[in-house]
Amino acid sequence: MATPTLPLEHRQVNDQDPAQDAIVFQEVVMAFDEKVVLNGISFRLARGETKAIFGVAGSGKSTILKLTLGLLKPDNGHIYVLGEDVAQMEEEELFELRGSLGMVFQEGALFDSLTVRENVAFRLMEKHEISDDEIEQRVREALSFVELENTIDMYPSELSGGMRRRVAIARAIITHPEILLYDSPTGGLDPVTSTTIIELIVKQRDVYKTSSLLVTHRLQDAFMMATHQFDRKSNHMQPLPRGTLTEVPMTFLILRDGKVIFDGNAHELAHTDDEYIREFIS
Amino acid sequence: MAAGDLLSNIELVSPSEFAKQKIKSIQEYSLLAARSIGNLFKRPLYVADMIQQADMIGVGSLPIVLLTGFFTGAVLALNTAASLGRFGALSLIGQLVSISMVRELGPVLTGLMVAGRNASGMASELGSMIVTEQIDAMRALGTDPTKKLVTPRVISTVIMLFFLVILADFFGLLGGAVVSVALLGLDWHEYWSSAWQTLVFQDMFTGLTKPVIFGFLISTIGCYYGMSARGGTQGVGKATTEAVVTSSILIIATDFFVTRFLFVLLGAR
Repeated sequence: MATPTLPLEHRQVNDQDPAQDAIVFQEVVMAFDEKVVLNGISFRLARGETKAIFGVAGSGKSTILKLTLGLLKPDNGHIYVLGEDVAQMEEEELFELRGSLGMVFQEGALFDSLTVRENVAFRLMEKHEISDDEIEQRVREALSFVELENTIDMYPSELSGGMRRRVAIARAIITHPEILLYDSPTGGLDPVTSTTIIELIVKQRDVYKTSSLLVTHRLQDAFMMATHQFDRKSNHMQPLPRGTLTEVPMTFLILRDGKVIFDGNAHELAHTDDEYIREFIS
Repeated sequence: MAAGDLLSNIELVSPSEFAKQKIKSIQEYSLLAARSIGNLFKRPLYVADMIQQADMIGVGSLPIVLLTGFFTGAVLALNTAASLGRFGALSLIGQLVSISMVRELGPVLTGLMVAGRNASGMASELGSMIVTEQIDAMRALGTDPTKKLVTPRVISTVIMLFFLVILADFFGLLGGAVVSVALLGLDWHEYWSSAWQTLVFQDMFTGLTKPVIFGFLISTIGCYYGMSARGGTQGVGKATTEAVVTSSILIIATDFFVTRFLFVLLGAR
């Protein structure tokens, strides 16, 4: 069921045709005031692949997601999203492109004055061309994906932290975007709720083959994603048989001092000789 | 805390850096203000949001605006009665209250009341949305926050302030009438006919142009400070305070320039 992973050599940044990949960063530089956060980073995310981004606090992980969405503009470099250079696009043009992307923010970023139904339906309601019945049906589908149909009339303030993240996932996936961006979706959650969130991300990856960037502090979450696949029969993720780990379309990217110091799969990460990375993953 | 610690927490900015920051703020404010109007000519037009905001801004501000208007008119009549009485011109109270309320006090005091209530509300609401990443989420969902949040607030404030000023003027005249009749023994009809007949086109035009300008200032400043809020709840509090202070000062300062401009344009009474 899992999509075969990409050979390592294909994971190098392809200067020739960025349109083939979901996301391509080319020599991106980003500074806030005097502080250079990203210092010429390059990587690519193949279509259907999930890439977990690690780094210490302030290393620019969330900045990468905001740059991908065009919420921030890089000081230098190119960022291709579905073949379009978002670094060169005007805000008005970006609104169109963002329709193909979904983002789950760190704390959910749900609209607190809207109900769960209105939050999840927000994107559909903004299109002004979809009937109320269809919106209702799709909202219920998205909420049933995250198993929160019973919260449809509640306000975000009435939900727990984990439920808010799951509603944020439902809001992000309702239009079936080609790319999903997760900003610390399990941050501050208990292990059981974290596993539930990770299971939903794995489900999205394996069922809908969505390309994803996942920012996280929790290495165990990313390893769980690399070692599990979603089983549609049991509706739960199951561990992969031994020796099949590289078949999961899952890679890791580690940032240090504004540079990419690792970009590879779980097997390569586990066998790296880099002292810093070994300490990081230990 | 030692004085040294206290001083070390104060961020010193060079004059050139300070000037740059101010110019950048003016530039950003001007862009936001221009976009809030430009959005009127782009789809979608958030009519439902405009109606909701009009209800919050207009209907919500009605009690304070009417009370302010009523008591301003009343105290105006009370204060001028002594001076006018000395010259045997007590019957001119209606004219004085009418001109003062329609040309100046109605628009300015209503503007200040609405600024206090709504510029703060806009700054705190949008500021909270900024610090909780809701504005970023809205952009990420493909919706322009200036179109969805700023333009409805600007249009609603301009329209509602216009009508609020008319009501405040009327209640000011009513307050003056109550004092004139109940305390000063003037005739009810005499008061109203003198108040009404003294008004000319310039008075009405001046009095109804100001709320349009003040409404635009209040809403764009409230939205600008909200959208520029940084630094968590403290930043939201700061944005709220600055929105009220800036819009209040600008109302009073703009009032002078608009009055002078309209004097030149229409001629002084």
